[in-house]
Amino acid sequence: MTTGSHADAIVIGAGIVGAACARELARAGMRVSVLDASFAGGGTTAAGMGHLVAMDDSPVQLSLTAESVRLWRELRPALDAAVEYDACGTIWVAENAEQMEVVAAKAQTYRAQGVACEVLTPARLAALEPHLCHGLSGGLLVTGDAVIYPPRAALALLDDARAHGTTVHERCDVLEILPNGVRTADAVLGAKVVVNAAGALGAALTPELPIIPRKGHLAITDRAPSFCRHQLVELGYLTSAHDMAGESVAFNVQPRTTGQVLIGSSRELAGWEPGVNRRVLRRMLERAVRFMPALARLVVVRTWTGFRPATPDKLPLIGRWDPVAGLWIAAGHEGLGITTSLGTARLLADLVLGREPLIDPVPFTPTRVLANGAMRSRGAVA
Amino acid sequence: MKDGRPGVMRADAAVVGAGPAGIAAATELAEAGRRVVLLDESETPGGQIWRHRAGAIPAAAQPWIRRLRRSGAMLVGGATAVDLREAHGGDRLEVVAERGIVPTLVQADALLLAGGARERFLPFPGWTLPGVIGVGGAQALLKGGLQVSGKRAVIAGSGPLLLPVAASLARAGARVQLVAEQASRASVMRFARGLWRTPGTLVQAARYRAEFRRAPYVMDTWITAARGDGRVQEVTVTDGTTERVIACDLLCAAYGLVPNMRLARLMECETSLAGVVVDDRQRTSHARIWAAGETTGIGGVEKSLVEGRIAAAAMLGRAPDRSLLRRRAAAIAMAALMDRAFALRDELRHLATPETIVCRCEDVRLGALRPEWSTRQAKLYTRLGMGACQGRVCGAALTFLRDWPIDATRVPSSPALLSTLLAEPGKPDGVRR
Amino acid sequence: MTQPMNDEHVTIVVDDRECVVRAGTTVAAALLELDVRAFRRSVSGEARAPLCGMGICYECRVEIDGVAGRRACLVMVEAGQLLRTASRDGA
Repeated sequence: MTTGSHADAIVIGAGIVGAACARELARAGMRVSVLDASFAGGGTTAAGMGHLVAMDDSPVQLSLTAESVRLWRELRPALDAAVEYDACGTIWVAENAEQMEVVAAKAQTYRAQGVACEVLTPARLAALEPHLCHGLSGGLLVTGDAVIYPPRAALALLDDARAHGTTVHERCDVLEILPNGVRTADAVLGAKVVVNAAGALGAALTPELPIIPRKGHLAITDRAPSFCRHQLVELGYLTSAHDMAGESVAFNVQPRTTGQVLIGSSRELAGWEPGVNRRVLRRMLERAVRFMPALARLVVVRTWTGFRPATPDKLPLIGRWDPVAGLWIAAGHEGLGITTSLGTARLLADLVLGREPLIDPVPFTPTRVLANGAMRSRGAVA
Repeated sequence: MKDGRPGVMRADAAVVGAGPAGIAAATELAEAGRRVVLLDESETPGGQIWRHRAGAIPAAAQPWIRRLRRSGAMLVGGATAVDLREAHGGDRLEVVAERGIVPTLVQADALLLAGGARERFLPFPGWTLPGVIGVGGAQALLKGGLQVSGKRAVIAGSGPLLLPVAASLARAGARVQLVAEQASRASVMRFARGLWRTPGTLVQAARYRAEFRRAPYVMDTWITAARGDGRVQEVTVTDGTTERVIACDLLCAAYGLVPNMRLARLMECETSLAGVVVDDRQRTSHARIWAAGETTGIGGVEKSLVEGRIAAAAMLGRAPDRSLLRRRAAAIAMAALMDRAFALRDELRHLATPETIVCRCEDVRLGALRPEWSTRQAKLYTRLGMGACQGRVCGAALTFLRDWPIDATRVPSSPALLSTLLAEPGKPDGVRR
Repeated sequence: MTQPMNDEHVTIVVDDRECVVRAGTTVAAALLELDVRAFRRSVSGEARAPLCGMGICYECRVEIDGVAGRRACLVMVEAGQLLRTASRDGA
């Protein structure tokens, strides 16, 4: 059993959030060591859609996502082709007049946050996306949103961290977080700063964290270039993402640069059961076909599931974890981990280094879970 | 099903794969009075070894195909099974198959998986050129009507299959340039000597050899590269010491067979690299699923027929004929001998260069795989194995070249129309088009 | 190009050209006989043609009667079939 203290910061988890945090801390001059139980981007990151999206389930969420999308746009020139950054934008799709009112309010909210968007009439919507079904009421085009390929994005961030002196240890399980350190199977490693960026597994190391796995299904088709040109999401997606209980599906379809169409989305609490649930898959595909009938004629090549790290108040945990010396948390991003990885990392680094924070950090304070009974970690969420 | 009406069928037994194993099992189950549905991707039964053009059923297959057609088993051709799931509260299994664009659902109390084997393709420079096909693949394409008259053909690979394929090509008018067996001369000769107990096999081998007698049959030899402008025009072969360049129009190159197991894995049946794991009555680890033929282990037509019959007996709740058990054991022993004799040499692991494509569906080149990545990592980072063939080609290669992670198989077991995935008994055509 | 139609031949349309091919063959065999080099284009633009001949490799995918992605080695030719390959633009 060796004892080491070669790093200023240890980041647990080399998913996209951990990779982004390592990069920010390394660029600020810290010696960073990243530890991952399997390999970079192999967990929730691998399962995600890679949608970079400004999301307004709450003003706080909008602030974090909008800032993050902006950071991704700034980073874009430095990203290699394998990251497949595609500035395709998002179209939020409205089914009826009531939803168009939501669209109008959303447009105002977005613009106030500096997120460029355009309200779409049914005709304009149909012109932009001819495969959408008839009878929709219009939508909202958010031009700054984009799509990336998450595993390569995580790898790119990590490579950048490596270029700034970071060491990465894959297939290295962290067994326990200690004051100013961690214990692995072979060693006790010390560092001033330890970041729990273990995502859906974060609560295994810091049990008070109310992070539970929220399972999602995805399906990807064979190549159908130009089938759709934007990420298409129904407004009902927000409701689906918002409700913590039960099982829900929402229309969420994405064009990949390969020409494949990625079809989502579903949410359910199913523990850690990774198998594809035929019933949920069917519901998800039926919903997708309802909005885009031509999807029925595409060939599905793969389906898979992933576990979003969900918190009861739908906000991630970013900041110091006071009960343990040196411990910081960057976890609990639910379905927005890819998007908010950059904003999270910047905010975390701001807090660690005592810089002016990117955005107001208070809503993300991890220890809010200790004060608020409703946020207490539980086996099941009501 | 050309009129577009989808099918929902109810059977006592569904058999997936109409090669010798599936044919034997379906025939005996149907003759015993059971409702049997036999599915295959081809329009006509026969699988690979008994593949035939209309009116030209191979002699060995004729009695079985005659019996099959009289047995009452329902043949569903042109059907690709894409999903397998529990139905009716776990009482039944449901096979979801796709025929063109039309879904077919089969609900059965029991299922026999007889999906056979595929060839193992190993990447080498130029292997993606048009005109490079498999060895069994050449046989399949010939029976599908491929014209090779006057074409210069090189056949390369491993095992006894090289002989009948070279013979078929010669018979069809191809100018066979070379037949290259990668196994060592010592190994092949030892194997041939071991066949003294079954002189018929040696006679047959000699007959095949005579059909392409003008071409050399060499051992300790393998392909290192194919080249050409838009199609294969020449290949380089080596024996480890000397290289030769041979002009050709057709290169048939594949190295042995691997069992098809995706449907078994979809239902979480236990499998090993060698095949679907079955007990001595051909039952898998799933109580309602049996498996027979190449899918349980490469072993040739005799093993397939015998296992199909043993499975049928088991599915009927009967004890199998003891002679079948003996024949199966003998076939498996022979297969093990063959496996050892024609084991792939290590040089075949090092043919690919960094520019060589290792995943044809996603065009992933060997050089794109960082040495420090596990294969699972490489899959995720490069899409290796995530394309249309679902890792069937590159997975078999990489299992030999380095390793291949055994991940859960999920629906669809073959690429399927989204509408097919939405098909269900109450709504058999899935979605109105 | 017209030839007498009899039991042994059928007329199909390949990339908008009428072709006469032997009946009882697979689409793959017929296209190879017509010297179609590129059944499909790979991700990086390579011309691809049948490899495995038995529906495993998905290299022989062509559009048959309006349906894309059909494995040519598994489908028999039929009179009046409309085929589209990656060779359609003289590739």
